[in-house]
Amino acid sequence: MLQYVIKRLLSTVPVLIGISLLLFFMLRMLPGDPAQVLAGQMATQEDIERIRHQLGLDRPVYVQYVLFLGRLAKFDLGRSARTQNPVIQEVWARLPNTMLLAGVAITLACLFGIPAGIISAVRPYTWLDYLVTSTALFGISMPVFWLGLMLVVIFSVMLQWLPAGGMGSWKHVILPSVTLAAFVVAFIARMTRSTMMETLSQDYTTTARSKGLQESVVIIKHALKNALIPIITVVGLQFGMLLGGAVLTETVFAWPGLGRLIVDSILARDYPVIQGAILIFGLLYILVNLIVDLIYAWVDPRIRYD
Amino acid sequence: MTETTQATDTRTQGRSADRRMGRFWSKLKRNKAAMLGGLLLLLYIVTALLAPVLYPGNPSAPNLMKSLEPPSLKEPLGTDELGRSILGRIIYGSRVSLLIALGAVSVGLLLGVPLGLVSGYYGGKSDFMIQRVTDTMLAFPGFLLALALVAVLGVGLKNAMISVGIGMIPLYIRLVRGCVLSVREEVYVEAAKAVGTRDRVILFRHILPNVMVPITVQTSLMMGMAILFAAGLGFLGIGVQPPTPEWGTMLGSGRAYIFNAPHVATFPGIAIFLAVLSFNLLGDGLRDALDPRFKL
Amino acid sequence: MSEQSGPLLTIRGLRTRFHTYEGVVNAVDGLDIEVFRGETLGLVGESGCGKSVTALSILRLLPCPPAEIQGQILFDGTNLLDLDREGIRNIRGGDISMIFQEPMTSLNPVLTIGEQISETLRRHKDMTRREAWRRCVEMLQLVQIPGPKSRSREYPHKLSGGMRQRAMIAMALSCNPKLLLADEPTTALDVTIQAQIMTLMARLKEEFEASIVLITHDLGIIAEMASRVVVMYAGKMVEEAPVKELFKDPRHPYTQGLLGSIPVIGRKFDGGQRLQEIPGIVPNPLEMPLGCRFNPRCPRTMPICHQQEPPVVRLADHRRVSCWLEANKRDD
Repeated sequence: MLQYVIKRLLSTVPVLIGISLLLFFMLRMLPGDPAQVLAGQMATQEDIERIRHQLGLDRPVYVQYVLFLGRLAKFDLGRSARTQNPVIQEVWARLPNTMLLAGVAITLACLFGIPAGIISAVRPYTWLDYLVTSTALFGISMPVFWLGLMLVVIFSVMLQWLPAGGMGSWKHVILPSVTLAAFVVAFIARMTRSTMMETLSQDYTTTARSKGLQESVVIIKHALKNALIPIITVVGLQFGMLLGGAVLTETVFAWPGLGRLIVDSILARDYPVIQGAILIFGLLYILVNLIVDLIYAWVDPRIRYD
Repeated sequence: MTETTQATDTRTQGRSADRRMGRFWSKLKRNKAAMLGGLLLLLYIVTALLAPVLYPGNPSAPNLMKSLEPPSLKEPLGTDELGRSILGRIIYGSRVSLLIALGAVSVGLLLGVPLGLVSGYYGGKSDFMIQRVTDTMLAFPGFLLALALVAVLGVGLKNAMISVGIGMIPLYIRLVRGCVLSVREEVYVEAAKAVGTRDRVILFRHILPNVMVPITVQTSLMMGMAILFAAGLGFLGIGVQPPTPEWGTMLGSGRAYIFNAPHVATFPGIAIFLAVLSFNLLGDGLRDALDPRFKL
Repeated sequence: MSEQSGPLLTIRGLRTRFHTYEGVVNAVDGLDIEVFRGETLGLVGESGCGKSVTALSILRLLPCPPAEIQGQILFDGTNLLDLDREGIRNIRGGDISMIFQEPMTSLNPVLTIGEQISETLRRHKDMTRREAWRRCVEMLQLVQIPGPKSRSREYPHKLSGGMRQRAMIAMALSCNPKLLLADEPTTALDVTIQAQIMTLMARLKEEFEASIVLITHDLGIIAEMASRVVVMYAGKMVEEAPVKELFKDPRHPYTQGLLGSIPVIGRKFDGGQRLQEIPGIVPNPLEMPLGCRFNPRCPRTMPICHQQEPPVVRLADHRRVSCWLEANKRDD
């Protein structure tokens, strides 16, 4: 087990290096002087010179990269070109808001998606199955931002039950998290259905039935426990989709999260903040996948021991 | 003696291939959802091709006298904040979204498939390098990667296309590599190698055709995803720029009028939804029809 | 007790069909079988002849639809096809249990061996978790798995194929079943392991006083294990006989073909005495030939074989044959 964890931790190193290279070269791919780019359009000549010297932009590229790595290790990504606040501070302040949204959404997605998929797989080709599969298909085909706006039209404008945007009470969380969850619910339901269909047709399921076990035991203890392995993987991968969707959802609901920050920064060409937000998104994704792989090992004895 | 056996073998092989195709078609035709998807897609393509016939006017010309009119007989879907026909803009918008989707998927296909083939077939150092790059790209799933690329490349139709397309490359690499790894062990590939067939011939004659099925399914689903992503960029104002009629951009600008004129944001969303749905229906249908496993 | 003398299992007119898009497949088409107490009945035939479907039909383990089971399956006097879901579940794993062909895939990879055996015990016997576990260790010992205590806490992937099949046997016998359905229990194993498993099964059958329906295509195993044999072809019984009579004097051309295709040690392979094969292949279940189903491959066809299905003819020594050759002999 420990060996597996260590192996898994080591495997994130190349990805971390990849992310650092991506961030490093991102600025250098832009037309113009990186120092100018980082300083922003409002910067004075002095600011630009200061940044150039700070980042060692007058030194060879590999030295620049090493310096960059050093700053990255300290989470020092400079200052926002817009607000002049340290990037890490800007990003850090927004992170909990996005995590709240993503957390509620992924919980909703598992709570509804997995049971829906199971029901659909257990009663295939019935009206219940068709209801689940077609709703799920609609779910993955719907643009999140449109769904969000439609929910606003219905629940905020017409019914006036829930606020149309912003952050505050728990009421503010409902619409954005439902919007964000929709795609993931649909995706998880589809995935659960197909893996459950697969495990329900396996030999060990027939063995379980041949022992006279109750159908609910066969489904949950024998089939679902096996299906959980791919389902957990998908939930982990979907977390990435969720972060992408958060960018759009936060824009629709004026939710002060990381996604909104990244869009504002792109529009304002505030590159230090863009870098910071991308870094955080990447790290989050790696972290979630690491956790998923550990759960995976916990569920599947074959991984745990080998 | 040997020759006759061989001849029979090829004949039965040909027959079974025909049979497979026949079964595929009959399965696909029986799949009502896939047929509906195909029909929707056809409608969508025809709309894109015949846009000037279906809407003779200029969809981008403002007419402030008619601003934010609700749907009526004359303007079935109403007008936007600049008084432009929403129907007309949706019709022309189908061209833009189809173009972006085709472009983006082409980028993904043209770069992802060869890299996946090389990575899966040759293995070794090139495989290692390609896989590390793929992992890194997958750490920024789909939309975020497109967003990061737009941040570098800048806004606009061409950049949206490239950004979304680059995000698809690692998905194709992964898919193709997985398929190649399983096909590579098949007897006929071993046999081809044993008689000294060149790698390039093996790759294109033996392996690629077998990878075509998953690629086809994936491409259909990716087209839907590309439309969603491109519309998402448009919605955020960093995709296709106005006055070009693009569905996501239309939705984005309609958002401001959601309280008094919700139709401005509603209809482009339905257009996006139906276009994506058509590709997803078709992709699901293709997958079910091509899946060799016994299904009812 | 009154049933004690009669057969344990009587199958009458069993018909199992699958409804597919291509058409209806009659996997088992009018099968009559009796299994007596304490005997081992061999069910023989090529793959696709319906022998596995027969076993799955007995326990109603086929999903319906697409499957449809008709006829009568009388077990100790009750028709299993009339039981409600709970009723058949009480039979499964209790009075009738099953061993499958693939030990690699038949055990659940994410549950320990012990859990899989003791859950059966807890289901059918009134046992606590601890009692069930203790019984499970006993069962593992009985099937000669070394270190049963530690093995019971392991997952199937740690066990070899032979060991897994032993665990399957332990699981199947754990609730003292009256009937054991063994579907190709050794086909997936190495030859040396096959013999060990067969010996084990023969011994445990005596110990547990169970009857066995042994499904296989391996006539060597049949010769060793079975007391009676039913030969199936394309969903129908073609011949039934005590094992000795069958090997000595096979009546149906198909049985003759099957027996002719096994090499016999000591018999010389010169010119005239080549190993015989049955020409042709099993018919497509969607396009069964008219008349006798074996006629396209039969070396001794007559015109009537292409027109009418042969009747089942009863012979001496409790033998039955379904062939026009025998029917005509009778009429003469």
